Amino acid sequence: MSPIQASFRCRFENFELSVDLLLPGKGVTALFGHSGCGKTTLLRCIAGLQTSEGYLNVAGECWQDSSGFRPTHQRPLAYVFQETSLFPHLSVSGNLNYGYRRIPRAERRITFDQAVDWLGLTHLLNRMPAKLSGGERQRVAIARALLTSPRLLLMDEPLSALDQTSKQEIMPYLENLRESLAIPVIYVSHSAAEVARLADHIVMMDNGRVVAEGPLQETLARTDQPFGLEEDAGVILNATIEQVEPEWHLCRAGFDGGELWLRLHDGLVPGKPVRVRVLARDISIALAAHPDQSIQNLVPAVIDEIAREVTPGTSMVRLLAGQTPFLARLTTRSLHQLKLEAGRNVWMQIKSVAIVD
Amino acid sequence: MSPEWQAVWLTLKLAGITTALLLVIGTPIAWWLARSRHWARQPISALVALPLVLPPTVLGFYLLILLGPDGAIGQLTERLGIGLLPFTFEGLVVASVIYSLPFTVQPLQNAFLTINDNLLEAAATLRASPRDRFFSVVIPLARPGFLTAAVLTFAHTIGEFGVVLMIGGNIPGETKVLSVAIFDHVEALEYTQAHWLSAGMLLFSFVVLVSLYSLNNRLQPGVVR
Repeated sequence: MSPIQASFRCRFENFELSVDLLLPGKGVTALFGHSGCGKTTLLRCIAGLQTSEGYLNVAGECWQDSSGFRPTHQRPLAYVFQETSLFPHLSVSGNLNYGYRRIPRAERRITFDQAVDWLGLTHLLNRMPAKLSGGERQRVAIARALLTSPRLLLMDEPLSALDQTSKQEIMPYLENLRESLAIPVIYVSHSAAEVARLADHIVMMDNGRVVAEGPLQETLARTDQPFGLEEDAGVILNATIEQVEPEWHLCRAGFDGGELWLRLHDGLVPGKPVRVRVLARDISIALAAHPDQSIQNLVPAVIDEIAREVTPGTSMVRLLAGQTPFLARLTTRSLHQLKLEAGRNVWMQIKSVAIVD
Repeated sequence: MSPEWQAVWLTLKLAGITTALLLVIGTPIAWWLARSRHWARQPISALVALPLVLPPTVLGFYLLILLGPDGAIGQLTERLGIGLLPFTFEGLVVASVIYSLPFTVQPLQNAFLTINDNLLEAAATLRASPRDRFFSVVIPLARPGFLTAAVLTFAHTIGEFGVVLMIGGNIPGETKVLSVAIFDHVEALEYTQAHWLSAGMLLFSFVVLVSLYSLNNRLQPGVVR
């Protein structure tokens, strides 16, 4: 039995939500799609903020079925809203205590000091929300949510109202949470970059329906590109830094099936795990390894699947380097000229690789 | 007590009781008007606002009929053993509550309308029940609205005249409030006494409004004090 079973139908004037989902009980699940696709509505259904027909079971507890609807305040969940939802009449510590005080002592699994420490709020405790920056407000909102010791954490585009600097400031906190939280997180986003950094599992929605879902890496590597990323199609892979070469400003990262050279940043030391994003448009294919060319990253791979003419004149090729899938976008003409077909051993020439963390 | 002080005391007592009752009655009405999408919202809004536009004598006249021996409420109070309400202090309280209703409901309704839904939803996700949300989020955020409502209701009840005359008459110590006392003095050409009471009322009203505005400024939520 899947830890989270969610099935909702609800009708609006010009929109209908209809989903059936089984979601994992840990890690970050991204609800991804264009604005208006119903991802926030789905999140609100899960929270019980939106009434709907349906069924919801979380970790063996039924929160909604045809015979009953458990109101939001009786669901052990936490919700981080898109816009600031801090109580303006309470200080930061008043806001943090609001939920914390309402949790019976025996059910608290995180202490006030822990949450303050995790989100770096010590120096802000006596401030009023009006005196905080956007990034600080969202950090308070996240800490306030965690202090209810939830069994499910829902986040509705928590970064979208922030400027680029605040986003950069808050991202490391979110990544730490992903590592340290033992509870499932459902994260609504329309940003492929955020999803690439944070998600383990992805649910793509369009027009109130789920169009694709699965583990992030597998799903991003599908040639039919259910995410509609087109230009930005590409894969995410987990790699580990193995060697640094400061004189060239490069470092080598190994992954299951090969290795890649990356630009060296501060903090990249051997042994550090990184998430790497490789776009389909940055991979070209050669039949042999040509040493006399400038591209640093040459990775042997096997063609797994070809989707011809995904757009007029271009095709998508899925390759496997060991067990790790890659996507390459080629012109259909070069596909013909090189006589590429599934099962063929080739070399991937990777023009650019980016660390997403 | 001199008749003047008796009138002052009676007026303050009437205004105080009316304000307290109206805060209790008006809060749920204002909350419902601010939150509901029910079809009856508009007619009920209009009904609440009616005392603003109706001549007080009209309101007083209908109340007199309704509370009198032939009126539905009059018959009910008689059957309950309370007796008839017109020309009693209790009758004045009933009339004042109706007369001042919009002065409580409208500021509260406006204050409730400015509270972002988002905050109530956030409170719900932080385990607060609807009742808990009302007391821990709505009331603190609507504090300026409550203050405005209380002060306006109090002041408006003090200035009540037409309704009092219609339903309460002019019984010293029972229904003779300040405004009626001033009217009596003027009728009797006792301008000195009329001046004293009128100037007192004027000063009182001014001081009340000034303190209301400055307090409201300071009570804005989010302002660091």
